[in-house]
Amino acid sequence: MSTQANAVAAAPAEIKEIRPFYWSVRRELWEHRAIYVGPLAATAVFLAGFLITLGRLPHEMRELAAMDSMSQHDRIVVPYDMAAGLLMLVQILVSVFYCLDAFQSERRDRSILFWKSLPVSDRTTVLAKASVPLAILPFLIIVCIVFLQLAILLLSALVLSGSGQSTELLWRHAPWFRMALLVSYHILMVHTLWYAPFYGWLLFVSAWARRATYLWAFLPLLAAGFLEKILFNTAHFADFLTYRLGGGTDSVAPVGRMPIDTMTHLTPLHFLATPGLWIGFGLTAAFLAAAERLRRYREPS
Amino acid sequence: MACIEARGLRKTFGTNVAVDGIDLRVEEGRIIGLIGPNGAGKTTALNAILGLTPYQGELTVLGRDPWTARDQLMRDVCFISDVAVLPRWIKVSQTLDYVAGVHPRFDRAKAEGFLAKTTIKRTSKVKELSKGMVAQLHLALVMAIDAKLLVLDEPTLGLDILFRKQFYDSLLNDYFDRNRTIIVTTHQVEEIQDVLTDVMFIDRGRIVLNCSMEEFDSRYAEVVVNPDRVAEARTLKPIHERQVFGRSILLFDGADRSQLAALGDVRTPSIADLFVAVVGR
Repeated sequence: MSTQANAVAAAPAEIKEIRPFYWSVRRELWEHRAIYVGPLAATAVFLAGFLITLGRLPHEMRELAAMDSMSQHDRIVVPYDMAAGLLMLVQILVSVFYCLDAFQSERRDRSILFWKSLPVSDRTTVLAKASVPLAILPFLIIVCIVFLQLAILLLSALVLSGSGQSTELLWRHAPWFRMALLVSYHILMVHTLWYAPFYGWLLFVSAWARRATYLWAFLPLLAAGFLEKILFNTAHFADFLTYRLGGGTDSVAPVGRMPIDTMTHLTPLHFLATPGLWIGFGLTAAFLAAAERLRRYREPS
Repeated sequence: MACIEARGLRKTFGTNVAVDGIDLRVEEGRIIGLIGPNGAGKTTALNAILGLTPYQGELTVLGRDPWTARDQLMRDVCFISDVAVLPRWIKVSQTLDYVAGVHPRFDRAKAEGFLAKTTIKRTSKVKELSKGMVAQLHLALVMAIDAKLLVLDEPTLGLDILFRKQFYDSLLNDYFDRNRTIIVTTHQVEEIQDVLTDVMFIDRGRIVLNCSMEEFDSRYAEVVVNPDRVAEARTLKPIHERQVFGRSILLFDGADRSQLAALGDVRTPSIADLFVAVVGR
């Protein structure tokens, strides 16, 4: 080959690392359409349900007018909380299903050798797969919730105005921008960063287990808790898992009740300084590294 | 630079030795047929060359260590195998998008050109295509990549004879040139005998024969011996003898052709017949 031809060949070879990553993520979205179909379907279903109840709104608001501010607030935030809760549930479910299938499916249909016949490293593939629960889904869920809450607010305002009522209560108790901020914070901090080691674990199980991924994902955790109970009659492991799944301490981020009423829970610096968070990151990295190694070493069959 | 260089290449699975110390040098511009019985270590050797499996010994492919640099190596190496299947859920257009996205040497227009000659629809999913069409699609993708080494592991398994013929025809006419190297394994040896420049027999993890087709043609001769000359022919130390329709067919390695001509009809053996002679037990 002439030097000129070499130079021409070398230029596109300098393809940036980001391109294989970008296309690997696209590939995940093609293969696992639930990643976006799930949140979009949940959004549509919720919106349809809300539209049905919308007819009762003027009547309810007239009842509310006589109540104290606390009760008004509790009643008004219900649809916003429900929308956020539903989408967060969808996020968890889709993440779990996705993670457990991520490495399993390419081995099951034996397409792994096709993917490996292309110049994409195992690390890029693992990072692309990890980006689904750690970046793509959180982003999609935030967009869906923020959109839903805005739609609920605007539709409510429209209906109330149409029936000649004041919308003042709505604006006071359902401040859209503040809700959006809190929801984003909660999803990013708790459902993404704090839960990262869980996603890492599930991805690792998907890369490791030859079959029965669901069993392998949950049984060892149950067994560990059970063994501890039998051997030492303690429940530290189970407590730890509950603590971690519950979102950590109250200071990290409150869970159980959507922090819609106050901004005081937004303590990102405090949260980022929590050792548990960083231990979680370390665990996540270890699980992903193990998944990469497994994908690389496992004999093609 | 040699395309592939191996020294003492070895791979074991537990106590089972799959590849038992292969020494190998493959120059560029060759089409090599790697022939061996099932379980001889063909696929394991190819997996090592493709960076899909760790190994012992030295191995360089296009100047790189395949195990540590698989992703870079795959810019210059393409691979089709009957097990490296395209995912069933993917659309034809998505395969083009994806390969164009990740492969710096992929020429999309070329792939579209190959596909235009088939009946494959861009909107179809792989699971809607016949096995032959999937092979056509995979070949179209691979032929549009400007690679230096193409590895084909039983690429035509399960395809009918028309597809198989077409497959090798396109490979030779539209793809192969003196800068590329192709390694192919197949059980349908007869079909590729004219295509190969080199033939390699592998048995129990070792290479038992490695010669160019010119050497093959001049070295090996098969004689359909006249019945009255059989005893005489046997004194010339044939490496194999078989009976077809009551006539003895003897295979010679490096025997004098003019001497053989006196014994009966002399012809170049098929690779399959030589394989049976060398490996058959």
